[in-house]
Amino acid sequence: MPSPLFSITLILAAPAAVIPLSLAIARPRWAEYLNLAAALLVFVLGAPLPWRVHGRLVWGHGYLMIDPFGAWVTLCTAAVYLLASLYSIGYLRGMTDVRGTLHHYYALFAAFGLTMLLTPLQNNPGLYWICVDLTTIVSAFLVGFQRQPESIEAAWKYIVLVSAGLSLALLGTVLFYWGGTFTLGPTYAMTWQSLRAVAPHVPPPLLMLSFLLVLIGFGTKVGLAPMHTWLPDAHSEGPAPISAMLSGALLNCAMLGLVRYLGVLEHAGLGALPHMLLIVFGLFSLLVAALFITRQTGAKRLMAYSSVEHMGVVALGFGFGGPLGVAGALFHMLNHSLNKCLMFFGAGNMMHAYGSKDMRAIRRVGDYFPVTGTLWLAGAVAITGTPPFALFLSEFTILRAGFSTSQWWAALGLGALLIVIFIGFLAHFRRMFYGAAPDHPPHRTVSLWQTTPMWLSLLPLLVLGLWLPHGLWALFQHIAADLRVGAAP
Amino acid sequence: MRTPPLLILHLDPLVASWFSLLVIVALTLSFVMLGSHWLKNHIWAFAAESWVIAALSITVGAYGHYPQLYAIAALTIVVRGLLLPRMLLRIVGGLGVEREIHSRLSAARSLVLGVALVLFSYEVAAHLGRRLDLVDNIAVMALMAMFGLKLIGFLMMMLRTEAVSHILGLLLIENGIFLGSQILVPGMPLLLELVILFDLLLIVSTFGLLTRYLKTHVGSTSSRDLQRLVG
Repeated sequence: MPSPLFSITLILAAPAAVIPLSLAIARPRWAEYLNLAAALLVFVLGAPLPWRVHGRLVWGHGYLMIDPFGAWVTLCTAAVYLLASLYSIGYLRGMTDVRGTLHHYYALFAAFGLTMLLTPLQNNPGLYWICVDLTTIVSAFLVGFQRQPESIEAAWKYIVLVSAGLSLALLGTVLFYWGGTFTLGPTYAMTWQSLRAVAPHVPPPLLMLSFLLVLIGFGTKVGLAPMHTWLPDAHSEGPAPISAMLSGALLNCAMLGLVRYLGVLEHAGLGALPHMLLIVFGLFSLLVAALFITRQTGAKRLMAYSSVEHMGVVALGFGFGGPLGVAGALFHMLNHSLNKCLMFFGAGNMMHAYGSKDMRAIRRVGDYFPVTGTLWLAGAVAITGTPPFALFLSEFTILRAGFSTSQWWAALGLGALLIVIFIGFLAHFRRMFYGAAPDHPPHRTVSLWQTTPMWLSLLPLLVLGLWLPHGLWALFQHIAADLRVGAAP
Repeated sequence: MRTPPLLILHLDPLVASWFSLLVIVALTLSFVMLGSHWLKNHIWAFAAESWVIAALSITVGAYGHYPQLYAIAALTIVVRGLLLPRMLLRIVGGLGVEREIHSRLSAARSLVLGVALVLFSYEVAAHLGRRLDLVDNIAVMALMAMFGLKLIGFLMMMLRTEAVSHILGLLLIENGIFLGSQILVPGMPLLLELVILFDLLLIVSTFGLLTRYLKTHVGSTSSRDLQRLVG
């Protein structure tokens, strides 16, 4: 195994190489396999990274940094990148309207993967902001890739709303830097470390204001309600593998920034309000998601609102804080990544087969598609937090963390809303699986390329739900200690 | 270690007045955007505002001994003052949309709302200034410009329906942040400012491409017609 730094170089080089190669060769098959090979390499090198990075590694003239938390987000991204690359092959081969532009798709896809892999490695909060912005630009093209009126509209709303939100985060970043100049002088190196070190000397009102701006800014990208309005459009109108990447990988990358800024405020002894804000935004996201999930008609929009829900759960985990809350949130990030891939892949398969996004047209899935149907149904059971799948464990951990703080009311709300979502979400699946026979039976089959990634997403969820390896739990404790995110008061 | 003095804490009253003047001119130009319905006027006002920011960069650079700000000023003129307006004019020309017809409020009401937002920004900035012991300091003006241009940009994005107006709203917000940061953090790493300029170029090109797609595939660039996705 190469050294961690060499591994990271390869992780970045692989998708970077795919971009020019697939454009130059311009053959769909080549582009498919090149991208898949890159994703495989990224996963093989990225998956063990959290266990190989023990402290903070800084390189590239201080611009790049990896710590255990960054490595964990890299692992989640690498897993989604691989699964989505695999699924793209089967999904896009079944689409006739994009056949001539597949090499463009894979070049953009690799670029999207690259920007997401770069994001957690940034040591400079300003460059982190730039990376998040770049992910938006690249993914907007992927959302609008099919050039249908709906997808172009979604891409437009996505880029306008997220850019507007991110402009708040930029202002917050500048104000964070300004706060440091009172102590460190007009010019100093802008790094997470320096912001953290200087935080105790920054006037508290300035620090609070900066955090609020950053929270709303990156919260827009995370999809926390009420800034989530772009998310259901973008996540539901893009091709299914892109939806999986947006939901499973990109949201985590934005959450990473929020947690790092939370650490800065904690270091200044001002953690109470940020924790409370995260709890309130998280709970509100769950409420909004619950309302929209119960009355949803689009299959992919249902999954998109489920992303709002799960980001709310992760925000609550970090909001409750402490070793238990952070561990639960970290575990939930991975579980959500895997599970959301499974859900979007299933939705994509069914949309292909029935020729409709509307859940009212998708009926008797289990009868027509015993394998895909069963996998999708198992995924739905898993994503609502039912045992024996891993999401049950992570949600339960976060609930426990909540009850151990004085914010038990939030934990109570979390539990109640999770039950509402469980009922609402599975009611849709009951109708899709056991409702009356459809007017137009499905006219297409599902290939092995489309079901294999579903298996690969579901099995780890089942294994981790039944058996949590000691190494994983020890890693969460290690990251929690490294982040030093305290418990909510 | 002795740290160099902060610009905002040791400012000649004359220079401070000059900075204030530039800030006010920039704010006034944003009101031109808010009050006019002709897209070309918006773009000219944006270009003029960028030149004002470049003038500010040059003064801050000369007065505070930050030679790198000359480079930033030159880039601001080239990118924000010339290139971006040119790109926007081409987008407007390509779309054949000359003016904002379906603004949600009349020009007069938008202006009144804009004034209210600037007053609110001043209140927030002054309050922050009091808490930071920076009463009557230029920092209050800088903060007001940052918050004020941000709110006016958001207001434009809300009131206007044309896609180009949305881009301009975003650029206005971005200009506000840039303007304020020249005064507050003139020593901010050069690389970051360069990357942000590059990012702006990229984002406007993306917008340009997407508006073309909107025109061809949706048939309209007005948000009144982008109502397919709700709920």
